[in-house]
Order: sequence, then structure tokens, then C-alpha cells
Amino acid sequence: MAVVETRKLTKVFKRGNVGAVVNVDLQSREGEFLVLLGPSGSGKTTLLRMIAGLEEPTSGEILIGGKLVNDLTPRERGIAMVFQSYALYPHLSVFKNIVFPLKAQGMPKERRQKQAEWAASLLGIQHLFDRKPRELSGGERQRVALARAIVREPSLFLLDEPLSNLDAKLRASAREELEQFQKRIGTTAIYVTHDQVEAMAMGDRVVVMSQGAVRQIGTPADVYDEPADTFVATFLGSPPMNILPGPDVIVGFRPEHFLPPGVAERMGEHISFGFQISHGEYLGAERVLYGTIAGGAFDGRKAVSRIPATHAVSLPDGSLQTFAVALGDVKFFDPGTEKRTSPRSIPA
Amino acid sequence: MARRRLKKVLPGIVMWLVRIFFAVVLAFPFYWMLITTFKRNTDLNNLKNNPFLFNESPTLDHLKLLFNETLFPRWVANTMFAGLIVVIITLLLAVPAAYALARLTGQWGAQLGIGIFLTYLVPPTLLFIPLSKVISFLGLQDSLWSIIIVYPTFTIPFSTWLLMGFFKSIPRDLEDAAMVDGLTQWGAFVKLVIPMSVSGILTVVIFAFTLVTQEFVYALTFISSAAHQTVGVGVPTFLVRGDVYYWGSLMAACLITSLPIGFLYNLFLDRFIEGFTVGAVK
Repeated sequence: MAVVETRKLTKVFKRGNVGAVVNVDLQSREGEFLVLLGPSGSGKTTLLRMIAGLEEPTSGEILIGGKLVNDLTPRERGIAMVFQSYALYPHLSVFKNIVFPLKAQGMPKERRQKQAEWAASLLGIQHLFDRKPRELSGGERQRVALARAIVREPSLFLLDEPLSNLDAKLRASAREELEQFQKRIGTTAIYVTHDQVEAMAMGDRVVVMSQGAVRQIGTPADVYDEPADTFVATFLGSPPMNILPGPDVIVGFRPEHFLPPGVAERMGEHISFGFQISHGEYLGAERVLYGTIAGGAFDGRKAVSRIPATHAVSLPDGSLQTFAVALGDVKFFDPGTEKRTSPRSIPA
Repeated sequence: MARRRLKKVLPGIVMWLVRIFFAVVLAFPFYWMLITTFKRNTDLNNLKNNPFLFNESPTLDHLKLLFNETLFPRWVANTMFAGLIVVIITLLLAVPAAYALARLTGQWGAQLGIGIFLTYLVPPTLLFIPLSKVISFLGLQDSLWSIIIVYPTFTIPFSTWLLMGFFKSIPRDLEDAAMVDGLTQWGAFVKLVIPMSVSGILTVVIFAFTLVTQEFVYALTFISSAAHQTVGVGVPTFLVRGDVYYWGSLMAACLITSLPIGFLYNLFLDRFIEGFTVGAVK
């Protein structure tokens, strides 16, 4: 049974405007870490807030544990949410913040204490009980917010970009910690982010959203290797997938599959392109080459190649080379709908 | 060497001089009220005396006059009563109104808020003519209830406007979090928004209460008998007889009424200034 299911869920903020969320069908699985990924304004946070009950859907249904919850208030849905700002209650101590949901439930004091200690011990924050939120560091605040979320053992966790306020170094460790933590407690989680690295690293499955609609749902490998349309193809990956619009088909391939002479020959069946290198960037572990396709149906289209620095091939700026892509790594998109289509012959 | 030491100490000295200057300026009225309260009239009226000191032995005559020959205790009681009711009415109406304007109505809220504040700019001298009609229609002439009805008409707009600012500064996320954590919207308002806006609410309490103690025009217009007066009107009307000023008793009355307010204000000073939402949101 799906922990959360949405059916044709739609939210329109202003009548007559385009929806912030449009016809979203989603099913999360038990214990899964589901990531909603999309650029800002793609509707992922609105979708999350509708699941939480903080935003009323314009149409469609939300089911939690198989039960229709459209008309239930947030408190009746048995969920917990971690906000981007953490939303710790500034006038309460850490301990009081953590027991706040239990108090609201009317749990007796002794059990509250026990439960708070259990949640705090999971996150290693017992020593912070008497502090006020303003006396905590970013990482500590995040842990307190998590402790407050798990303290009443919810059936579902909603997380709205909880890492975006941490600095880069802390973010990496917090990401790992959060992932481990979710695996350990085994609660289904829905996690919103605009950061593709977070999404790929943490998600069991990733839901890629754009302009309120779901573009693709799949494992990180699915959405990266088999993008459903050109949006997913270009949103994921850095630098993004090369998209070459041709007369009757759009051809796409990842920069790391666009390889220089000497490597291309070993790939078996492949397609060659003339590649006019305009400039290269040396990034330590790899080189990124920017340029344009020379000759053929895609003449003049921009392309990027990413090759490991261990390939000691001389590829000077301004030179014209022959690069190649293995046939299996080429993706085809329909020029009208921009969706994936079956492989076709590539115009010469 | 000496010069370097001077450079180090000088800013401290200047700072203290500034502090002392302001402390003296602000405390002086209280000192003046205190000393005048206990000075004999002969001492007060003699221009050759040093006005800052007692030149004759102190006296309790002025206090006796104030308490025995005027209705001062009654005025104080009237003021406290009216103040309390006005504060309650103001809070009961302004707090929900401000919350609604800050949160629930989107675009409309801001414009209505400005509209409400504009009503506060209409001068009371203009308003007391129509308001006296209202009072006579309600049959509240010469009753303390007349001002209890009238004062909220200007405490509420101002307080609503002030509290709106406080409520707006409370991040929306906090209320959402409280609702997910198991409170209703009303519960989140009572258990979260109100405790976090204590500074604003205290400011409103002090504002409304001070207004009742010092307001003059309406209290004078709507209330004529001495027994129903507030301190703000009773004291000047009964202690200034023609061109005779009962300075000692006047100052005693001022001191007695202003001290508690000053004290209260100082007690909550930190609260007024405190940035209360620090730490809620990074």
C-alpha cells in the first residue's frame, strides 16, 4: 500500500492563472526516500504543502495510508515536517521545542520526557535541552528540527529543503547523516530540493518537476541515464546533456559520453562528429571542452565534452577534432513534444 | 605615554558625560516634582531662594490638601478603572484584527492597514463634536463610561497597526510548523503568536493606559462632575483656581501618577527593544 498517493492533484493560486501544481499523480512506497526535484517555481514545495495539509488543493485527491485526507487538517494527518527555516519556536528551549508536538497531543508528562530523550539520543542533542534556538549553530538547529519531527513517530516525513541553509561543508555531512538516519528509522520520507546532487545522492526515487507538472519519476540512474524529455535531460547533470536539434529529431548525449579521438575508436558502434573546440577548462579530475559541432546536420550547434584528466590527449583551443559517441549513449527526442522517442537513423 | 593613556580613556569619559547628561535631563522633572511636593509655599514663592534646594524645612501640607480636600484618590481609581477597561477592549479587538490583517487577507490586508492608520490621523479636536452626539445618544453624559467608549476609537486603530508589524515579523513557517505539530490555527495563534508578540502587546497596554491617564479634551468635554473625572482632568481643574496655582499639590499629583507608569515602562524596557524572533529563522 502506498504511504502517500496523489491523484490528479492540482493547485491554482489565482483563478485563470496557470496552476502551480498540475495533475500530479504520485505514489510513494513504504519506507522510501522520495525526492521532489525541480527548479524554483516548479511547484515542488506547493505539492509538499498540500500533502501536509497547509495548502488546499484546487482539485484532485490526496491519500495517506490509503485514506483520503483532503478534508483533514494538518494535525489529523499524522505527519511530521521539517521546514527550510527549521521553524523552531524561538521562545521555547530545545526540550520544549521537541516535546511541543507531544504536548499538543496531550501525552502525559513522563512519556513525553522519555520520548524526547529517545529522539534526542538518536540525534545526539541531549546536551542542548536547555538552550534556546538562537544559541544553536545551523547544524544543531537542523538536528533539533529533526528531533521534533520524529518525536511522535509519524507515518510520514516531509522535508522542505532542510539543507539549503547550511554551508557547503556542513551540507555534505548533514546530507549523509540525514540519509543514514532515514534508513535507520525506516519512515517514508518526501524530500524537496532544487539541488540535483542532493536528489541523486539521497533519493531512492526522484520525481523531476517543472512548471507544476511531473516530468519523470524514477531511480536516480533512471532519470539521469534515461531522461523522459529534454527538460529532465538538461536539468540533471553538470554540465547538462548536449541537445542537438536536427531537422526531424533532437539528438542528446551526455558530455562524458562525447569522447575524443583515440577513445572513440574503442567504443564499437559509434557516431562521429566534427568538434570545433573553442575553449577548455581544466578542473583537476577532469577537463571540460566547449565548442561547436562542425559539419553534418548539426553544424554550428553548441556541444560540451567532459573527459577524465587521465586522458593525456592534446586538445588545444581552436582546433578541429573528430569526437564520437557510442550509439547506445545517444538519446532521441521528438522535436514537437520534446519527449523521448525510439532510436532513429541520425541525419548525416 | 600620558597622551596614549588619554586616548584610551577619553572615549569612555565622553560616553559617560553623554550618559550623565541625558540621565540628568530625564530625571530632572521627577526631582522637580519631588522637591516641590514637600516645599513650603513661602519657600516656593520667594524668588531669592535657591529653587533647587529646600530653604525651609519640608512640609506635608500639599499632600494633605491633595488627599483631604480634593477627590484625588477617586480620580486615581476612576483612571485605573477606565484604563483597565480600555486596555481590555483594545486588546480584545486590536489583537485579532491585526492578526487577520497581517495573515489572512493577502493584498487587501496591507491597504486596509494603511486605511486604519489614516483614521488615527484625524485630530481629536475635530472628532469630539460628532462623538459628543454619539455620547448623548447613548445617554452617557457625565459618566466614566463615555470615555471608556470613546478612547478605544483611537487606541484600536493605532494598536492594530502596531501589532500588525509584530505579527508580520513572525515567520509564517512557525505557524505552519505548529499546525503540523498538532495545533489548530487558533491554537497556534494563542500558544505561539501571542507569546511571541509579548513586546507588542505590552507596548499596546502601556500606550492605551497612558492615553487614559493623560487625555484631556474628551474627558473634559464629556464628564463634568468632579466625582467622575480622571486624574488628567481632575487635577488641573481643581488645583488651578483662577490664577492661583497649588503648585505643591499639583506636583504631588503628577509625581504619584507618573511614578508607577515610569516604573512599569522601565521594567519592560528590554522587552520593547528585544529582537524577539532572533533564532527562529536563520
